[in-house]
Amino acid sequence: MTAPLVVFFVLAAMAVIGAISLILQKHPIHSALSLIVVMVALAGLYLLLGAEFVAAVQIIVYGGAIMVLFVFVIMLLNAGVEEHTSISKMAGAPGLLLVVALAGFVAATIAKSTESVQAAPQTAEMASTMGISNMLFKEFVYPFELTSFLILVAVLGAIVLAQREKS
Amino acid sequence: MISFFSNLLSANAELAITVVKIVLLLFIVLTVNAYLTWFERKVVAHIQSRWGPHRVGPHGLLQPLADGVKFLFKEDPTPAGVDKFVYYLAPLLTLTLAMTSIALIPFGPNPIRLFNHDIYLGIAPPDVNIGILALFAITALGVYGVTLAGWSSNNKYSLLGGLRSSAQMISYELAMTMSVVGVLLMAGSFNLKKIIEAQAHHPEWGIFGWNIWPQILGFFCFFVAAIAETNRAPFDLPEAESELTAGFHTEYASFKFAMFFIAEYTSMITVSCLCSILFFGGWLSPFPASWTFTHYFPSAVLIPFGLWVIWDGVRYETLFGRIILPGAGTAIAGLGALFMLWHGGNEFIQGPFWLLSKIFVFLFVYVWMRGTLPRFRYDQLMSYGWKLLLPLSIVNVIITSFVILAKMTWWGAK
Amino acid sequence: MVPTSYYVILSAILFGLGVFAFIFKRNVITIFMSIELMLNAVNLAFVAFSQALGKLDGQVFVLFVIVVAAAEAAVGLGIIILIARNRQTLNVERVDLLKL
Repeated sequence: MTAPLVVFFVLAAMAVIGAISLILQKHPIHSALSLIVVMVALAGLYLLLGAEFVAAVQIIVYGGAIMVLFVFVIMLLNAGVEEHTSISKMAGAPGLLLVVALAGFVAATIAKSTESVQAAPQTAEMASTMGISNMLFKEFVYPFELTSFLILVAVLGAIVLAQREKS
Repeated sequence: MISFFSNLLSANAELAITVVKIVLLLFIVLTVNAYLTWFERKVVAHIQSRWGPHRVGPHGLLQPLADGVKFLFKEDPTPAGVDKFVYYLAPLLTLTLAMTSIALIPFGPNPIRLFNHDIYLGIAPPDVNIGILALFAITALGVYGVTLAGWSSNNKYSLLGGLRSSAQMISYELAMTMSVVGVLLMAGSFNLKKIIEAQAHHPEWGIFGWNIWPQILGFFCFFVAAIAETNRAPFDLPEAESELTAGFHTEYASFKFAMFFIAEYTSMITVSCLCSILFFGGWLSPFPASWTFTHYFPSAVLIPFGLWVIWDGVRYETLFGRIILPGAGTAIAGLGALFMLWHGGNEFIQGPFWLLSKIFVFLFVYVWMRGTLPRFRYDQLMSYGWKLLLPLSIVNVIITSFVILAKMTWWGAK
Repeated sequence: MVPTSYYVILSAILFGLGVFAFIFKRNVITIFMSIELMLNAVNLAFVAFSQALGKLDGQVFVLFVIVVAAAEAAVGLGIIILIARNRQTLNVERVDLLKL
């Protein structure tokens, strides 16, 4: 039981418990807090994988901006405790079965096929940040510029959608 | 038994050293917080031509102790109808995040060599490659404490105050992060130690090698954005008493309010540390490196200060003051004399001394701004953040990149 | 060293939980959050394979996924605000007809 394995299991347990709590909580704000726990656990897993820049970006963007947006909307819309009707209770059991089947199938396939893919030795010629920025501005410069355009469109769209009606 | 423990300790030496450092740093940060409140009350009072706390101990120095005892013994009511889990989580989250950000700051360049282990001054190891990005990540999570506190209090003024305050924090977080990009471009790394070393590139320039001269615009944007981020005057509308009945922490009583309070002062300390490290050379001395006689500067400051404290203490009105103040003064003057005589210790203390002095100067500027500037109105505040600071910080990035490119191609090639 | 298959199995579990939350929950904001959970699970798989193959392409792609998720969250939450304003409900079962 080496130290990285112990850390992996702790973070994985945190992520799975957060995801289950997202499903089981009644109030949306508690679901949002559980999702934040999942994101912080995933940031820890990225650090364990040596992807430090992605971990920091995950916390800053996902945990510090997107989830804050969710929390704001939940507060502003005064979302209350949600009610379950008979339809959703009916969909619960078969849904759970199908999801377990899906996840189990994916997991089993991957486990069988990646037994041969050992983790590559840590060839850290370039630090994560420098390597990513090299690729981002050389090979992936076109998608990079497109995503900045996408963000601009999203900002305009959000402003237009959330305006008060002019009446 | 003893050998079992000593074996356990030497096997997990790194862990044990880190735990001791964490406990020590927690203690130091909490004490500095307490005396920062004293410092703030004294300075603001003197700006307003009055005395400030001066009864509780000599010069009011025991006032933080009295405040702490008051916070512990005050009644701690929980309002009806609050969401219990979130209500208790919010101050805890804020305090934890504020304390965690202090762990990433290096306080000195040289390690202490003890029992064959290098003990660095600062909890995080000096090779954290994403030093400043991790600090911004922790600051980004700090928005939740305010938002959740405002929402869970079951009080419309708290909700409004919380939403306003968190909107303010998010807006200024953008400007704060962009204004640091200029420094990062010049240093070429996120690592705080490398940023300071990049400012020591020309050791003969001393103070003129610091990042403040090329990055004056970045420093202005960063400092203003950081003050807004920590919800301090003049950006403290969401928590001002006369506006929204204390905003998001209205419904929080003694100890939970103390947690918000401590978190605010701790983030003030973190911002001062960051300003010193990023723009003012961190632990570098302002004098050129070849002027080795300036290494006696810490002693030259401590000895006269200690002597002045002794002289002020022997004429103090109360007996307690006449005992404590000369004692403290002797300790300070003795420390100064020790550094003058012990060469190795003097060399070691140079870095931390300069960093702590710069942090002290920034804390004074923080308190000075609180005492003198009027508050921003909320719409002025938001337009200032989005329409002035963010474009200015982007302009700073563009200018810095052009100059670096020019250095790499024209001037460097000549 | 943690084997790569552990990370991918965790990613599959999280993805499955996200799908289950998408089916089972009735509040439109919680459904949206389960979409974010699914995206996060996929990000974990990307980074795990990026480490396994020793290339940084996976991490660059994760950055793109995060950016697209941010844009989608902004627009999606704008739509949710409009739904809440026009139908006065956040329950997905009540918003199942085009005309009121």
